[in-house]
Amino acid sequence: MNLFLQQVFSGLASGAIYGSLALALVMIYRATELVNFAQGEMAMFSTYICWTLIDAGLPYWAAFVITLVASFIGGSLIERIIIRPVQNAPVLAAVIVFIALLVILNSVAGWIYTYTVKDFPSPFPDHPVLNGMMTTRELGVIGVTLIMLGMLYVFFRYTPVGLAMRAAAQNPMAARLSGIRVNRMLAIGWGLAATVGATAGMMVAPVLFLDPNMMGGVLLYAFAGALLGGITSPGGAVLGGLIVGVTENLVGTYLIASELRLTMALALIVLILVVKPSGLFGTAVVRRV
Amino acid sequence: MTALLDLTGVRAYYGETEVLHGIELAVEEGGLTALLGANGAGKTTTLRAVCGMVRTTGEIRFAGRRIDGWATEDIVRLGIAHVPENSGTFLGLSVEDNLKLGAYTRPASAIAGIERMYGYFPVLAERRRQQAGALSGGERQMLAIARALMMAPKLLVLDEPSFGLAPRLVESIFEMIANVRRDERVSILMVEQNASLALDLADQAYLIETGTMVTSGAAEVFARDPQIRRSYLGY
Repeated sequence: MNLFLQQVFSGLASGAIYGSLALALVMIYRATELVNFAQGEMAMFSTYICWTLIDAGLPYWAAFVITLVASFIGGSLIERIIIRPVQNAPVLAAVIVFIALLVILNSVAGWIYTYTVKDFPSPFPDHPVLNGMMTTRELGVIGVTLIMLGMLYVFFRYTPVGLAMRAAAQNPMAARLSGIRVNRMLAIGWGLAATVGATAGMMVAPVLFLDPNMMGGVLLYAFAGALLGGITSPGGAVLGGLIVGVTENLVGTYLIASELRLTMALALIVLILVVKPSGLFGTAVVRRV
Repeated sequence: MTALLDLTGVRAYYGETEVLHGIELAVEEGGLTALLGANGAGKTTTLRAVCGMVRTTGEIRFAGRRIDGWATEDIVRLGIAHVPENSGTFLGLSVEDNLKLGAYTRPASAIAGIERMYGYFPVLAERRRQQAGALSGGERQMLAIARALMMAPKLLVLDEPSFGLAPRLVESIFEMIANVRRDERVSILMVEQNASLALDLADQAYLIETGTMVTSGAAEVFARDPQIRRSYLGY
C-alpha cells in the first residue's frame, strides 16, 4: 500500500510537469489550431538559460524569474519572426516550420552548451514526508505548478487582456472588429506558453538532468496528456497530464518494465485517437458539408 | 455638407478577382444609408472594404481621414462598429463578457454601457451569465448589435441584421435599430435583404449590381421607383 501511494504521489509530481507542458500545447492549439512540436525544445532552451544564470552565481529563484521573463520575450519573438509569416500557409508548411524550429533549437543548444549531461539544481530539499510516501521535492514541484495554474486562471478569467486573448482565439474577425490587436494577442499567447513550458523544464531538469534532448520524452507524455484532456481544454490538459504521470508510474512499477514507459505514452495516444478523439473535455468539431 | 463616410472609386479584390468595380458611396452624419442589391452583388464586400477586411484600391474617407489600407483594428478604433452577418458574437463567452469586449477600446465606460444595453435589450440582461452559443438566433443578433454599440461608435455598420430571423423578430430588431439611432446619435450603414423595411428606416439608399452602383438617392424616392419596386420590393 505504501509503495502504491508512493508511486501515485511521485506520478502526480511528474504529471504536474507533463500537465504544464500539455497546457502550453493547448494554449497554442486554441489560438492557431496547430500543435507546437517545438514546445519541448523551447522549454529545454529556457532551462539552459536558467542553468547559465545559476552558473554565473545568481540565486536560484532570481534565475528562475529572469528565465520566465526571457522565455516570455523569446516565445513572443518566435511567434513574430517565425510563425507569423506562415500563419495563413497550408497546415503542412506550418508543421514543417515547427519541426525546423525543434531541430534548430536542439542543435543550437548542443552547439552552445554541448551534449554533455549537466546537473541541474532543485530549489527544494529532498526529505521524505507523510510517512515516506512523498518527498518535499515532489511537494514543491506540485506547489509551483499549482501556483502557476492559479495565476494563469486568474489572468484569463478576470483581466481584460485575458478576455481579449480568449476572444481573439475564438473568433479573430469579431475580435479585430472589437478593436483587439489579434496579432499582439497571439504574440502574448506564445510568450505565455513559452513561460509555462520553461517552468516545466526547470522543474523536470533536476530529475532528468539537463541535456539538449531532455524534453523529447516529456513532450510525448505532454502530448498524450493534452489529447486525453481534449486538445482544446486547458483544464483537461492539466488533468490529462496528471493522469498520464500517475499511469506511467503505476504501469512502470507493476505491469511492464520501466523501459517501456514511453511506449505506453505512444500507445495511449493511439488509443485516444481511435476511441475518443475529442478526449475527456474537448469539444468535438462538427463541420457541415 | 461633408459626409461622415465617403467611398470614391473603390475597387475590391478577392485574390486576383476584382469584385467591386469603382463604387461611390456616402453616409451623412446622423443618417441611415441602406445598401440594396441581389445576392452576390457586392453588398457585404462593400462593408468589408470599409473596415479593411478585403484588399481595396481607391479612396475611403471616414470623418475626413483616409482609412483605406489601414488595419481593421485601427479603423475600428476611429469609431466604426461593424456587425458582420451571423458571426458577430463570441459563442464560447458569456453574454456579459461579449459586451465587455465591445468596450475593449474604452474600458472606463464598460459598466455604464452594459447597463444601457440591458435597457435596450432586456432579454440580454436575463441571460447575462449564459454562453452566447446558448442564445437563440434573434438574441445573438441583439447581442452582436449591443456589442458593437458598446464602442460608442460614430458609424454603425450592419450586415443583414434580419438574416435568418422570424418575421416578428425582424420587426423588433428594426424597432431597436430605430431606437438606438435616435438615442445614441449614431450614423448607420446597413445592408438588408428586406428592402421595404430598410427603406422605411433609411434616409439614403444605394442599389448595387455585380459590383457597380447603379442608382442612389433619397430613400422615399427609391421606394417609389417602379423598377426598384418590381425587382426588390416585390409589388
